[in-house]
Amino acid sequence: MSVVADSPAGAAGSTDMVSVRAVHKVFGHGHDAVHVLKGVDLDVARGEVTVILGPSGSGKSTLLRCINELEEITGGSVVVGGDLMGYRKDAKGTLHRLHPKVVARQRSRIGMVFQRFHLFPHMTALENIMEAPVQVRGLSKKAAKQRALELIERVGLTDRMDHYPAQLSGGQQQRVAIARALAMDPELMLFDEPTSALDPELVGEVLSVMQDLAKSGMTMIVVTHEIGFAREVADHVVFMDDGVIVESGPPSAVLDNPQEQRTRDFLAHVL
Amino acid sequence: MSDVTAQTHASASGKDPVPNRIQARPVPRPGRIVAAVIVLVLAAMAANALITNDAFRWDVVWLYLRDIVVIRGVMWTLILTFGSMVVAIVLAVTLAVMRRSDNPVMRWVSWAYIWFFRGTPIYTQLIFWGLLSVLYPRLSLGIPFGPEFFSFRTDDVFTAFWLALIGLALNEAAYLAEIVRAGLTSVDPGQTEAAKALGMKDGKIMRRVVLPQAMRVIVPPTGNETISMLKTTSLVVALPFTYELMYATSAIGNRNFLPVPLLVIAALWYLLITSILMVGQHYLEQYYGRGFGTTTRRRGRGKGPAGGKQAAIAAAGTVNVDITKEVTP
Repeated sequence: MSVVADSPAGAAGSTDMVSVRAVHKVFGHGHDAVHVLKGVDLDVARGEVTVILGPSGSGKSTLLRCINELEEITGGSVVVGGDLMGYRKDAKGTLHRLHPKVVARQRSRIGMVFQRFHLFPHMTALENIMEAPVQVRGLSKKAAKQRALELIERVGLTDRMDHYPAQLSGGQQQRVAIARALAMDPELMLFDEPTSALDPELVGEVLSVMQDLAKSGMTMIVVTHEIGFAREVADHVVFMDDGVIVESGPPSAVLDNPQEQRTRDFLAHVL
Repeated sequence: MSDVTAQTHASASGKDPVPNRIQARPVPRPGRIVAAVIVLVLAAMAANALITNDAFRWDVVWLYLRDIVVIRGVMWTLILTFGSMVVAIVLAVTLAVMRRSDNPVMRWVSWAYIWFFRGTPIYTQLIFWGLLSVLYPRLSLGIPFGPEFFSFRTDDVFTAFWLALIGLALNEAAYLAEIVRAGLTSVDPGQTEAAKALGMKDGKIMRRVVLPQAMRVIVPPTGNETISMLKTTSLVVALPFTYELMYATSAIGNRNFLPVPLLVIAALWYLLITSILMVGQHYLEQYYGRGFGTTTRRRGRGKGPAGGKQAAIAAAGTVNVDITKEVTP
Protein backbone atom coordinates (compact mmCIF):
# COMPACT_ATOMS: atom_id res chain seq x y z
CA MET A 1 0.00 0.00 0.00
CA SER A 2 1.43 3.31 -1.00
CA VAL A 3 1.76 5.95 1.63
CA VAL A 4 -0.99 8.49 1.28
CA ALA A 5 -0.18 11.73 2.94
CA ASP A 6 -2.90 13.89 4.33
CA SER A 7 -3.92 16.13 1.46
CA PRO A 8 -2.16 19.37 2.15
CA ALA A 9 -4.79 22.00 2.78
CA GLY A 10 -4.60 24.91 0.38
CA ALA A 11 -1.64 23.60 -1.56
CA ALA A 12 -2.10 22.45 -5.16
CA GLY A 13 -5.85 22.81 -5.23
CA SER A 14 -5.93 21.67 -8.85
CA THR A 15 -5.08 18.08 -7.97
CA ASP A 16 -8.09 17.95 -5.68
CA MET A 17 -11.17 16.35 -7.17
CA VAL A 18 -13.31 17.65 -4.35
CA SER A 19 -12.67 20.61 -2.15
CA VAL A 20 -15.23 21.33 0.56
CA ARG A 21 -14.61 24.54 2.48
CA ALA A 22 -16.31 25.63 5.72
CA VAL A 23 -19.61 24.13 4.66
CA HIS A 24 -22.63 24.80 6.83
CA LYS A 25 -26.04 23.30 6.26
CA VAL A 26 -29.13 24.42 8.13
CA PHE A 27 -32.49 22.77 7.48
CA GLY A 28 -35.58 24.84 8.14
CA HIS A 29 -35.92 28.33 9.57
CA GLY A 30 -36.30 30.04 12.90
CA HIS A 31 -37.18 27.81 15.82
CA ASP A 32 -37.38 24.71 13.64
CA ALA A 33 -33.91 25.25 12.21
CA VAL A 34 -31.58 22.26 12.49
CA HIS A 35 -27.88 22.96 12.10
CA VAL A 36 -26.63 19.74 10.52
CA LEU A 37 -23.21 20.71 9.14
CA LYS A 38 -21.18 23.11 11.22
CA GLY A 39 -18.19 24.09 9.13
CA VAL A 40 -16.88 21.06 7.30
CA ASP A 41 -13.59 21.02 5.36
CA LEU A 42 -12.79 18.07 3.17
CA ASP A 43 -10.33 17.48 0.36
CA VAL A 44 -10.36 14.47 -1.86
CA ALA A 45 -7.57 14.03 -4.37
CA ARG A 46 -8.18 12.57 -7.81
CA GLY A 47 -8.21 8.76 -7.72
CA GLU A 48 -8.49 8.70 -3.95
CA VAL A 49 -11.06 6.75 -1.92
CA THR A 50 -12.38 8.57 1.14
CA VAL A 51 -14.56 6.77 3.65
CA ILE A 52 -16.73 8.83 5.97
CA LEU A 53 -17.61 7.18 9.26
CA GLY A 54 -19.77 8.45 12.06
CA PRO A 55 -22.86 7.82 14.14
CA SER A 56 -26.26 8.34 12.53
CA GLY A 57 -27.30 11.97 12.57
CA SER A 58 -23.69 13.13 12.42
CA GLY A 59 -24.29 14.78 9.03
CA LYS A 60 -22.30 12.42 6.81
CA SER A 61 -25.15 11.73 4.36
CA THR A 62 -25.99 15.43 4.27
CA LEU A 63 -22.37 16.24 3.43
CA LEU A 64 -22.53 13.77 0.55
CA ARG A 65 -25.80 15.26 -0.70
CA CYS A 66 -24.32 18.76 -0.50
CA ILE A 67 -21.40 17.71 -2.69
CA ASN A 68 -23.68 16.91 -5.65
CA GLU A 69 -26.17 19.70 -4.96
CA LEU A 70 -29.07 17.49 -3.90
CA GLU A 71 -29.04 19.86 -0.93
CA GLU A 72 -28.18 23.54 -1.24
CA ILE A 73 -25.49 24.49 1.22
CA THR A 74 -26.19 27.35 3.65
CA GLY A 75 -22.59 28.53 3.93
CA GLY A 76 -19.14 27.78 2.56
CA SER A 77 -18.25 26.35 -0.83
CA VAL A 78 -18.03 23.05 -2.66
CA VAL A 79 -15.68 22.71 -5.61
CA VAL A 80 -15.77 19.55 -7.70
CA GLY A 81 -13.30 19.05 -10.55
CA GLY A 82 -12.40 22.74 -10.38
CA ASP A 83 -16.03 23.89 -10.72
CA LEU A 84 -17.78 25.79 -7.95
CA MET A 85 -20.99 23.82 -7.40
CA GLY A 86 -24.29 25.65 -7.78
CA TYR A 87 -22.90 29.17 -8.09
CA ARG A 88 -20.92 31.45 -10.36
CA LYS A 89 -18.58 34.01 -8.87
CA ASP A 90 -18.26 37.24 -10.82
CA ALA A 91 -15.24 39.56 -10.94
CA LYS A 92 -16.42 41.43 -7.86
CA GLY A 93 -16.75 38.21 -5.94
CA THR A 94 -20.56 38.26 -5.89
CA LEU A 95 -22.18 34.84 -6.04
CA HIS A 96 -24.87 34.15 -8.65
CA ARG A 97 -27.05 31.08 -8.33
CA LEU A 98 -26.70 28.88 -11.43
CA HIS A 99 -29.65 27.94 -13.62
CA PRO A 100 -31.06 24.46 -12.79
CA LYS A 101 -29.97 23.29 -16.25
CA VAL A 102 -26.36 24.14 -15.44
CA VAL A 103 -26.64 22.52 -12.01
CA ALA A 104 -28.02 19.40 -13.70
CA ARG A 105 -24.99 19.38 -16.00
CA GLN A 106 -22.66 19.70 -12.99
CA ARG A 107 -24.44 16.80 -11.31
CA SER A 108 -24.22 14.61 -14.38
CA ARG A 109 -20.45 14.37 -13.82
CA ILE A 110 -20.94 13.00 -10.32
CA GLY A 111 -22.35 9.51 -9.83
CA MET A 112 -24.40 8.75 -6.76
CA VAL A 113 -25.45 5.46 -5.23
CA PHE A 114 -28.21 5.52 -2.65
CA GLN A 115 -28.89 3.41 0.41
CA ARG A 116 -32.28 2.40 -1.00
CA PHE A 117 -31.02 1.92 -4.61
CA HIS A 118 -33.81 4.03 -6.19
CA LEU A 119 -33.73 2.14 -9.46
CA PHE A 120 -36.52 3.11 -11.85
CA PRO A 121 -39.03 0.30 -11.27
CA HIS A 122 -40.68 0.59 -14.69
CA MET A 123 -37.46 -0.03 -16.55
CA THR A 124 -35.42 -3.21 -16.85
CA ALA A 125 -31.90 -3.33 -15.43
CA LEU A 126 -30.48 -2.54 -18.86
CA GLU A 127 -32.95 0.30 -19.50
CA ASN A 128 -32.07 1.78 -16.10
CA ILE A 129 -28.43 1.96 -17.16
CA MET A 130 -29.25 3.36 -20.62
CA GLU A 131 -31.65 6.02 -19.37
CA ALA A 132 -29.29 8.85 -18.42
CA PRO A 133 -26.84 8.50 -21.33
CA VAL A 134 -29.78 8.66 -23.77
CA GLN A 135 -31.82 11.33 -22.01
CA VAL A 136 -29.04 13.53 -20.65
CA ARG A 137 -26.11 12.98 -23.02
CA GLY A 138 -28.26 12.46 -26.10
CA LEU A 139 -26.40 9.24 -26.90
CA SER A 140 -28.04 7.00 -29.50
CA LYS A 141 -29.91 4.02 -28.09
CA LYS A 142 -27.53 1.70 -29.85
CA ALA A 143 -24.42 3.29 -28.40
CA ALA A 144 -26.00 3.51 -24.95
CA LYS A 145 -26.96 -0.15 -25.08
CA GLN A 146 -23.44 -1.11 -26.09
CA ARG A 147 -22.05 0.75 -23.09
CA ALA A 148 -24.77 -0.57 -20.77
CA LEU A 149 -23.93 -4.14 -21.77
CA GLU A 150 -20.28 -3.53 -20.86
CA LEU A 151 -21.25 -2.05 -17.51
CA ILE A 152 -23.73 -4.76 -16.59
CA GLU A 153 -21.03 -7.31 -17.35
CA ARG A 154 -18.65 -5.37 -15.13
CA VAL A 155 -21.07 -5.71 -12.20
CA GLY A 156 -21.66 -9.35 -13.10
CA LEU A 157 -25.36 -9.21 -13.98
CA THR A 158 -25.44 -9.93 -17.70
CA ASP A 159 -27.94 -12.75 -17.14
CA ARG A 160 -30.25 -10.38 -15.26
CA MET A 161 -30.24 -7.47 -17.71
CA ASP A 162 -33.87 -7.89 -18.81
CA HIS A 163 -35.21 -8.17 -15.26
CA TYR A 164 -37.15 -5.40 -13.60
CA PRO A 165 -35.71 -4.13 -10.29
CA ALA A 166 -38.45 -5.85 -8.27
CA GLN A 167 -37.25 -9.18 -9.65
CA LEU A 168 -33.71 -8.61 -8.40
CA SER A 169 -32.26 -9.11 -4.94
CA GLY A 170 -31.12 -6.07 -2.99
CA GLY A 171 -27.50 -6.74 -3.78
CA GLN A 172 -28.25 -7.12 -7.48
CA GLN A 173 -30.29 -3.91 -7.46
CA GLN A 174 -27.43 -2.03 -5.86
CA ARG A 175 -24.98 -3.37 -8.44
CA VAL A 176 -27.32 -2.19 -11.21
CA ALA A 177 -27.51 1.18 -9.46
CA ILE A 178 -23.71 1.40 -9.48
CA ALA A 179 -23.66 0.52 -13.20
CA ARG A 180 -26.35 3.15 -13.82
CA ALA A 181 -24.21 5.81 -12.15
CA LEU A 182 -21.10 4.69 -14.04
CA ALA A 183 -22.92 4.96 -17.37
CA MET A 184 -22.52 8.74 -17.18
CA ASP A 185 -18.73 8.33 -16.98
CA PRO A 186 -18.52 10.28 -13.72
CA GLU A 187 -15.29 11.80 -12.42
CA LEU A 188 -16.46 11.19 -8.89
CA MET A 189 -18.68 8.57 -7.27
CA LEU A 190 -20.62 9.16 -4.07
CA PHE A 191 -21.90 6.19 -2.08
CA ASP A 192 -24.50 6.90 0.59
CA GLU A 193 -24.53 3.84 2.89
CA PRO A 194 -24.69 1.52 -0.14
CA THR A 195 -24.90 -1.68 1.91
CA SER A 196 -27.03 -0.58 4.87
CA ALA A 197 -30.31 -1.76 3.34
CA LEU A 198 -28.93 -5.15 2.35
CA ASP A 199 -29.24 -8.54 3.99
CA PRO A 200 -25.85 -9.47 5.49
CA GLU A 201 -25.12 -12.18 2.93
CA LEU A 202 -25.58 -9.69 0.05
CA VAL A 203 -23.17 -7.03 1.36
CA GLY A 204 -20.07 -8.74 -0.01
CA GLU A 205 -21.09 -8.67 -3.67
CA VAL A 206 -21.67 -4.91 -3.57
CA LEU A 207 -18.46 -4.18 -1.68
CA SER A 208 -16.44 -6.22 -4.15
CA VAL A 209 -17.85 -4.22 -7.07
CA MET A 210 -16.90 -1.05 -5.20
CA GLN A 211 -13.45 -2.39 -4.48
CA ASP A 212 -12.88 -3.13 -8.18
CA LEU A 213 -14.04 0.37 -8.98
CA ALA A 214 -11.57 1.84 -6.49
CA LYS A 215 -8.75 -0.23 -8.04
CA SER A 216 -9.61 1.17 -11.46
CA GLY A 217 -8.72 4.62 -10.15
CA MET A 218 -12.17 6.09 -9.57
CA THR A 219 -12.38 8.94 -7.09
CA MET A 220 -14.86 7.83 -4.45
CA ILE A 221 -16.46 9.20 -1.31
CA VAL A 222 -18.16 6.45 0.65
CA VAL A 223 -20.42 6.86 3.65
CA THR A 224 -20.55 3.45 5.30
CA HIS A 225 -20.47 1.49 8.50
CA GLU A 226 -18.30 -1.21 6.93
CA ILE A 227 -15.08 -0.75 8.89
CA GLY A 228 -13.47 -3.66 7.05
CA PHE A 229 -14.05 -1.95 3.71
CA ALA A 230 -12.62 1.30 5.08
CA ARG A 231 -9.50 -0.45 6.32
CA GLU A 232 -8.93 -2.32 3.07
CA VAL A 233 -9.94 0.15 0.37
CA ALA A 234 -9.84 3.68 1.78
CA ASP A 235 -6.89 5.99 1.26
CA HIS A 236 -8.41 8.34 3.70
CA VAL A 237 -10.83 7.91 6.58
CA VAL A 238 -12.88 10.76 7.97
CA PHE A 239 -14.74 10.50 11.25
CA MET A 240 -17.70 12.86 11.66
CA ASP A 241 -19.80 13.61 14.68
CA ASP A 242 -22.38 16.29 15.37
CA GLY A 243 -21.84 18.11 12.07
CA VAL A 244 -18.07 18.45 12.22
CA ILE A 245 -15.09 16.36 11.15
CA VAL A 246 -13.60 15.10 14.38
CA GLU A 247 -10.65 13.25 12.99
CA SER A 248 -9.23 12.30 9.61
CA GLY A 249 -6.23 10.56 8.16
CA PRO A 250 -5.13 7.25 6.67
CA PRO A 251 -7.12 4.23 7.90
CA SER A 252 -4.21 2.95 9.95
CA ALA A 253 -4.21 6.16 11.96
CA VAL A 254 -7.93 6.79 12.37
CA LEU A 255 -9.06 3.18 12.80
CA ASP A 256 -6.17 1.67 14.73
CA ASN A 257 -4.83 4.61 16.63
CA PRO A 258 -7.60 7.18 17.02
CA GLN A 259 -6.59 10.36 18.81
CA GLU A 260 -10.04 11.62 19.76
CA GLN A 261 -12.23 10.16 22.50
CA ARG A 262 -15.36 10.40 20.30
CA THR A 263 -13.69 8.36 17.57
CA ARG A 264 -12.61 5.73 20.09
CA ASP A 265 -16.15 5.51 21.51
CA PHE A 266 -17.65 5.07 18.05
CA LEU A 267 -15.15 2.46 16.95
CA ALA A 268 -15.61 0.54 20.20
CA HIS A 269 -19.29 0.49 19.35
CA VAL A 270 -19.12 -0.75 15.78
CA LEU A 271 -16.14 -3.10 15.96
CA MET B 1 -49.72 -17.10 -10.54
CA SER B 2 -49.93 -19.73 -13.25
CA ASP B 3 -47.18 -21.71 -11.55
CA VAL B 4 -49.27 -21.92 -8.40
CA THR B 5 -52.34 -23.24 -10.20
CA ALA B 6 -50.22 -25.72 -12.08
CA GLN B 7 -48.90 -27.05 -8.78
CA THR B 8 -52.39 -27.35 -7.32
CA HIS B 9 -53.54 -29.35 -10.32
CA ALA B 10 -50.53 -31.61 -10.10
CA SER B 11 -51.18 -32.41 -6.45
CA ALA B 12 -54.91 -32.88 -7.09
CA SER B 13 -54.25 -35.52 -9.73
CA GLY B 14 -51.83 -37.48 -7.54
CA LYS B 15 -52.02 -38.51 -3.89
CA ASP B 16 -53.18 -35.94 -1.36
CA PRO B 17 -49.98 -34.52 0.17
CA VAL B 18 -51.90 -33.66 3.36
CA PRO B 19 -52.77 -37.03 4.95
CA ASN B 20 -54.87 -35.58 7.74
CA ARG B 21 -56.84 -33.01 5.69
CA ILE B 22 -59.55 -31.41 7.85
CA GLN B 23 -63.11 -32.31 6.92
CA ALA B 24 -65.30 -29.99 8.99
CA ARG B 25 -68.80 -28.57 8.66
CA PRO B 26 -68.86 -24.84 7.89
CA VAL B 27 -70.27 -22.32 10.36
CA PRO B 28 -74.05 -22.14 9.81
CA ARG B 29 -75.08 -18.83 8.21
CA PRO B 30 -78.88 -18.66 8.27
CA GLY B 31 -78.73 -14.88 7.87
CA ARG B 32 -77.53 -15.29 4.31
CA ILE B 33 -80.57 -17.25 3.26
CA VAL B 34 -82.91 -14.78 4.96
CA ALA B 35 -81.14 -11.88 3.25
CA ALA B 36 -81.34 -13.62 -0.13
CA VAL B 37 -85.07 -14.17 0.26
CA ILE B 38 -85.70 -10.56 1.27
CA VAL B 39 -83.65 -9.24 -1.66
CA LEU B 40 -85.42 -11.55 -4.10
CA VAL B 41 -88.86 -10.46 -2.90
CA LEU B 42 -87.91 -6.78 -3.11
CA ALA B 43 -86.48 -7.26 -6.60
CA ALA B 44 -89.62 -9.04 -7.74
CA MET B 45 -91.74 -6.22 -6.32
CA ALA B 46 -89.65 -3.61 -8.12
CA ALA B 47 -89.80 -5.50 -11.43
CA ASN B 48 -93.53 -5.94 -11.02
CA ALA B 49 -94.00 -2.24 -10.28
CA LEU B 50 -92.06 -1.33 -13.42
CA ILE B 51 -93.68 -3.80 -15.79
CA THR B 52 -97.31 -3.62 -14.73
CA ASN B 53 -97.48 0.16 -14.55
CA ASP B 54 -98.87 1.30 -17.92
CA ALA B 55 -97.47 4.81 -17.44
CA PHE B 56 -94.08 3.52 -18.48
CA ARG B 57 -95.46 2.63 -21.91
CA TRP B 58 -92.91 -0.09 -22.67
CA ASP B 59 -94.24 -0.30 -26.24
CA VAL B 60 -93.17 3.32 -26.79
CA VAL B 61 -89.84 2.65 -25.12
CA TRP B 62 -89.21 -0.20 -27.54
CA LEU B 63 -90.36 1.88 -30.51
CA TYR B 64 -88.09 4.86 -29.85
CA LEU B 65 -85.12 3.02 -28.33
CA ARG B 66 -83.49 2.78 -31.76
CA ASP B 67 -84.93 5.96 -33.24
CA ILE B 68 -82.43 7.75 -35.47
CA VAL B 69 -82.62 10.92 -33.35
CA VAL B 70 -81.91 8.90 -30.22
CA ILE B 71 -79.00 7.07 -31.83
CA ARG B 72 -77.63 10.39 -33.06
CA GLY B 73 -78.00 11.67 -29.48
CA VAL B 74 -75.96 8.70 -28.25
CA MET B 75 -73.25 9.52 -30.79
CA TRP B 76 -73.08 13.18 -29.77
CA THR B 77 -73.01 12.22 -26.10
CA LEU B 78 -70.09 9.88 -26.74
CA ILE B 79 -68.25 12.48 -28.80
CA LEU B 80 -68.70 15.09 -26.08
CA THR B 81 -67.66 12.65 -23.34
CA PHE B 82 -64.46 11.44 -24.95
CA GLY B 83 -63.59 14.74 -26.63
CA SER B 84 -63.85 16.70 -23.41
CA MET B 85 -62.02 14.02 -21.42
CA VAL B 86 -59.06 14.06 -23.81
CA VAL B 87 -58.78 17.84 -23.63
CA ALA B 88 -59.29 17.73 -19.85
CA ILE B 89 -56.54 15.13 -19.31
CA VAL B 90 -53.97 17.15 -21.26
CA LEU B 91 -54.94 20.29 -19.36
CA ALA B 92 -55.02 18.48 -16.01
CA VAL B 93 -51.48 17.13 -16.36
CA THR B 94 -50.31 20.65 -17.23
CA LEU B 95 -52.12 22.11 -14.22
CA ALA B 96 -50.79 19.43 -11.85
CA VAL B 97 -47.23 19.99 -13.03
CA MET B 98 -47.70 23.76 -12.68
CA ARG B 99 -48.99 23.21 -9.17
CA ARG B 100 -45.72 21.51 -8.24
CA SER B 101 -43.55 24.01 -10.08
CA ASP B 102 -40.79 26.04 -8.44
CA ASN B 103 -42.26 29.08 -10.15
CA PRO B 104 -44.70 30.78 -7.76
CA VAL B 105 -46.61 32.36 -10.65
CA MET B 106 -47.28 28.93 -12.16
CA ARG B 107 -48.34 27.53 -8.79
CA TRP B 108 -50.67 30.42 -8.19
CA VAL B 109 -52.25 30.30 -11.66
CA SER B 110 -52.90 26.57 -11.26
CA TRP B 111 -54.35 27.06 -7.79
CA ALA B 112 -56.62 29.88 -8.96
CA TYR B 113 -57.82 27.86 -11.96
CA ILE B 114 -58.74 24.88 -9.82
CA TRP B 115 -60.32 27.14 -7.22
CA PHE B 116 -62.51 28.85 -9.81
CA PHE B 117 -63.61 25.88 -11.89
CA ARG B 118 -64.28 23.65 -8.92
CA GLY B 119 -65.91 26.46 -7.03
CA THR B 120 -68.61 27.31 -9.55
CA PRO B 121 -71.36 24.96 -10.77
CA ILE B 122 -70.76 23.38 -14.15
CA TYR B 123 -74.29 24.37 -15.16
CA THR B 124 -73.52 28.04 -14.53
CA GLN B 125 -70.25 27.77 -16.39
CA LEU B 126 -72.03 26.26 -19.39
CA ILE B 127 -74.63 29.04 -19.39
CA PHE B 128 -71.83 31.57 -19.50
CA TRP B 129 -70.11 29.75 -22.35
CA GLY B 130 -73.46 29.92 -24.14
CA LEU B 131 -73.58 33.65 -23.53
CA LEU B 132 -70.07 34.15 -24.90
CA SER B 133 -71.28 35.51 -28.22
CA VAL B 134 -73.72 37.81 -26.43
CA LEU B 135 -71.12 39.13 -24.03
CA TYR B 136 -68.38 39.33 -26.67
CA PRO B 137 -69.96 39.38 -30.15
CA ARG B 138 -66.58 39.91 -31.80
CA LEU B 139 -63.23 38.47 -30.74
CA SER B 140 -59.91 39.65 -32.05
CA LEU B 141 -56.29 38.68 -32.01
CA GLY B 142 -53.71 41.38 -31.48
CA ILE B 143 -51.42 43.09 -29.02
CA PRO B 144 -53.09 43.48 -25.61
CA PHE B 145 -54.48 47.02 -25.31
CA GLY B 146 -52.84 47.70 -28.70
CA PRO B 147 -53.64 47.17 -32.37
CA GLU B 148 -55.65 44.17 -33.61
CA PHE B 149 -54.33 41.84 -36.30
CA PHE B 150 -57.70 40.34 -37.17
CA SER B 151 -61.10 39.87 -35.61
CA PHE B 152 -64.00 37.49 -36.14
CA ARG B 153 -67.61 37.01 -35.14
CA THR B 154 -67.69 34.83 -32.03
CA ASP B 155 -70.60 32.80 -33.38
CA ASP B 156 -68.70 31.87 -36.53
CA VAL B 157 -65.86 30.19 -34.71
CA PHE B 158 -67.32 29.02 -31.42
CA THR B 159 -70.33 26.92 -32.34
CA ALA B 160 -72.49 25.40 -29.63
CA PHE B 161 -70.70 22.06 -30.02
CA TRP B 162 -67.22 23.50 -29.48
CA LEU B 163 -68.41 25.61 -26.58
CA ALA B 164 -69.99 22.52 -25.01
CA LEU B 165 -66.81 20.51 -25.44
CA ILE B 166 -64.58 23.30 -24.12
CA GLY B 167 -66.94 24.10 -21.26
CA LEU B 168 -67.04 20.49 -20.08
CA ALA B 169 -63.29 20.05 -20.54
CA LEU B 170 -62.28 23.17 -18.64
CA ASN B 171 -64.44 22.18 -15.67
CA GLU B 172 -63.30 18.57 -15.69
CA ALA B 173 -59.63 19.58 -15.92
CA ALA B 174 -59.87 21.18 -12.48
CA TYR B 175 -60.99 17.90 -10.89
CA LEU B 176 -58.59 15.77 -12.90
CA ALA B 177 -55.71 18.09 -11.99
CA GLU B 178 -56.18 17.13 -8.35
CA ILE B 179 -56.24 13.45 -9.28
CA VAL B 180 -53.04 13.83 -11.27
CA ARG B 181 -51.46 15.77 -8.40
CA ALA B 182 -52.35 12.97 -5.99
CA GLY B 183 -50.72 10.54 -8.44
CA LEU B 184 -47.54 12.59 -8.74
CA THR B 185 -47.33 12.97 -4.95
CA SER B 186 -47.66 9.22 -4.51
CA VAL B 187 -44.35 8.53 -6.27
CA ASP B 188 -41.38 7.98 -3.94
CA PRO B 189 -39.31 11.22 -3.82
CA GLY B 190 -36.22 9.00 -4.03
CA GLN B 191 -37.10 8.42 -7.68
CA THR B 192 -36.79 12.13 -8.44
CA GLU B 193 -33.55 12.32 -6.47
CA ALA B 194 -32.01 9.41 -8.31
CA ALA B 195 -32.95 10.99 -11.64
CA LYS B 196 -31.56 14.35 -10.49
CA ALA B 197 -28.32 12.74 -9.39
CA LEU B 198 -27.97 11.38 -12.93
CA GLY B 199 -28.20 14.93 -14.24
CA MET B 200 -31.72 14.71 -15.67
CA LYS B 201 -33.63 17.97 -15.99
CA ASP B 202 -37.02 18.52 -14.36
CA GLY B 203 -39.08 18.05 -17.52
CA LYS B 204 -37.36 14.79 -18.36
CA ILE B 205 -37.71 13.55 -14.78
CA MET B 206 -41.45 14.22 -14.94
CA ARG B 207 -41.96 12.53 -18.31
CA ARG B 208 -39.59 9.60 -18.00
CA VAL B 209 -39.64 8.78 -14.30
CA VAL B 210 -42.50 10.27 -12.29
CA LEU B 211 -45.53 10.24 -14.62
CA PRO B 212 -45.19 6.59 -15.71
CA GLN B 213 -45.24 5.57 -12.05
CA ALA B 214 -48.04 7.96 -11.12
CA MET B 215 -50.32 6.33 -13.69
CA ARG B 216 -51.10 3.53 -11.24
CA VAL B 217 -52.84 6.04 -9.01
CA ILE B 218 -54.21 8.29 -11.75
CA VAL B 219 -55.94 5.82 -14.04
CA PRO B 220 -58.66 4.26 -11.84
CA PRO B 221 -60.22 7.56 -10.65
CA THR B 222 -59.95 8.90 -14.21
CA GLY B 223 -62.15 6.01 -15.34
CA ASN B 224 -64.56 7.05 -12.65
CA GLU B 225 -64.49 10.63 -13.93
CA THR B 226 -65.19 9.45 -17.48
CA ILE B 227 -68.35 7.68 -16.34
CA SER B 228 -69.35 10.79 -14.43
CA MET B 229 -68.69 12.91 -17.53
CA LEU B 230 -70.97 10.72 -19.64
CA LYS B 231 -73.93 11.97 -17.64
CA THR B 232 -72.62 15.49 -17.12
CA THR B 233 -72.85 15.97 -20.89
CA SER B 234 -76.62 16.16 -20.43
CA LEU B 235 -76.08 19.62 -18.92
CA VAL B 236 -74.89 21.14 -22.20
CA VAL B 237 -78.54 21.99 -22.83
CA ALA B 238 -77.61 25.07 -20.79
CA LEU B 239 -75.67 26.45 -23.76
CA PRO B 240 -77.91 25.31 -25.49
CA PHE B 241 -76.48 22.34 -27.38
CA THR B 242 -79.47 20.17 -28.24
CA TYR B 243 -78.25 17.08 -30.07
CA GLU B 244 -77.02 14.99 -27.16
CA LEU B 245 -78.98 12.06 -25.76
CA MET B 246 -80.80 13.69 -22.86
CA TYR B 247 -82.16 16.62 -24.83
CA ALA B 248 -82.94 14.52 -27.90
CA THR B 249 -85.07 12.09 -25.92
CA SER B 250 -86.89 14.66 -23.84
CA ALA B 251 -87.67 16.64 -27.01
CA ILE B 252 -89.37 13.59 -28.50
CA GLY B 253 -91.16 13.02 -25.20
CA ASN B 254 -92.48 16.57 -25.10
CA ARG B 255 -93.60 16.41 -28.72
CA ASN B 256 -95.54 13.15 -28.15
CA PHE B 257 -96.79 14.09 -24.69
CA LEU B 258 -95.02 10.90 -23.51
CA PRO B 259 -92.14 12.16 -21.35
CA VAL B 260 -91.85 9.09 -19.12
CA PRO B 261 -91.00 6.39 -21.71
CA LEU B 262 -88.46 8.71 -23.33
CA LEU B 263 -86.78 9.32 -19.99
CA VAL B 264 -86.62 5.56 -19.60
CA ILE B 265 -84.94 5.35 -23.00
CA ALA B 266 -82.32 7.92 -21.99
CA ALA B 267 -81.72 6.08 -18.72
CA LEU B 268 -81.34 2.74 -20.53
CA TRP B 269 -78.80 4.16 -22.97
CA TYR B 270 -76.77 5.80 -20.19
CA LEU B 271 -76.84 2.50 -18.30
CA LEU B 272 -75.68 0.57 -21.35
CA ILE B 273 -72.77 2.94 -22.09
CA THR B 274 -71.81 3.07 -18.41
CA SER B 275 -71.80 -0.73 -18.32
CA ILE B 276 -69.44 -0.84 -21.29
CA LEU B 277 -67.22 1.81 -19.69
CA MET B 278 -67.24 -0.15 -16.42
CA VAL B 279 -65.99 -3.23 -18.22
CA GLY B 280 -63.24 -1.10 -19.73
CA GLN B 281 -62.43 0.43 -16.36
CA HIS B 282 -62.29 -3.02 -14.80
CA TYR B 283 -59.65 -4.14 -17.26
CA LEU B 284 -57.71 -0.88 -16.91
CA GLU B 285 -57.67 -1.23 -13.13
CA GLN B 286 -56.65 -4.84 -13.42
CA TYR B 287 -53.80 -3.82 -15.71
CA TYR B 288 -52.60 -0.98 -13.50
CA GLY B 289 -53.18 -2.81 -10.23
CA ARG B 290 -51.76 -6.15 -11.18
CA GLY B 291 -49.17 -7.73 -8.94
CA PHE B 292 -49.58 -5.07 -6.28
CA GLY B 293 -47.71 -5.98 -3.13
CA THR B 294 -46.34 -9.23 -4.52
CA THR B 295 -43.01 -9.83 -6.11
CA THR B 296 -43.52 -12.11 -9.06
CA ARG B 297 -40.36 -13.91 -9.94
CA ARG B 298 -40.31 -15.91 -13.10
CA ARG B 299 -36.65 -16.52 -13.56
CA GLY B 300 -37.08 -19.27 -16.12
CA ARG B 301 -38.98 -17.12 -18.59
CA GLY B 302 -36.30 -14.46 -18.75
CA LYS B 303 -38.34 -11.46 -19.90
CA GLY B 304 -40.22 -9.26 -17.43
CA PRO B 305 -42.93 -10.05 -14.90
CA ALA B 306 -46.43 -11.07 -15.90
CA GLY B 307 -47.83 -7.54 -15.96
CA GLY B 308 -44.87 -5.86 -17.66
CA LYS B 309 -43.98 -2.34 -16.63
CA GLN B 310 -46.99 -1.73 -14.43
CA ALA B 311 -46.51 -4.91 -12.44
CA ALA B 312 -42.86 -3.96 -12.04
CA ILE B 313 -43.83 -0.59 -10.62
CA ALA B 314 -46.37 -2.23 -8.35
CA ALA B 315 -43.90 -4.78 -7.09
CA ALA B 316 -41.25 -2.16 -6.44
CA GLY B 317 -43.61 -0.32 -4.11
CA THR B 318 -42.32 3.10 -5.11
CA VAL B 319 -45.86 4.33 -5.53
CA ASN B 320 -47.97 4.88 -2.49
CA VAL B 321 -51.47 3.88 -3.51
CA ASP B 322 -53.84 5.50 -1.07
CA ILE B 323 -57.47 5.50 -2.09
CA THR B 324 -58.27 8.36 0.27
CA LYS B 325 -56.37 10.52 -2.19
CA GLU B 326 -58.99 9.91 -4.85
CA VAL B 327 -60.85 13.06 -5.65
CA THR B 328 -64.46 12.82 -6.69
CA PRO B 329 -66.73 15.78 -7.31
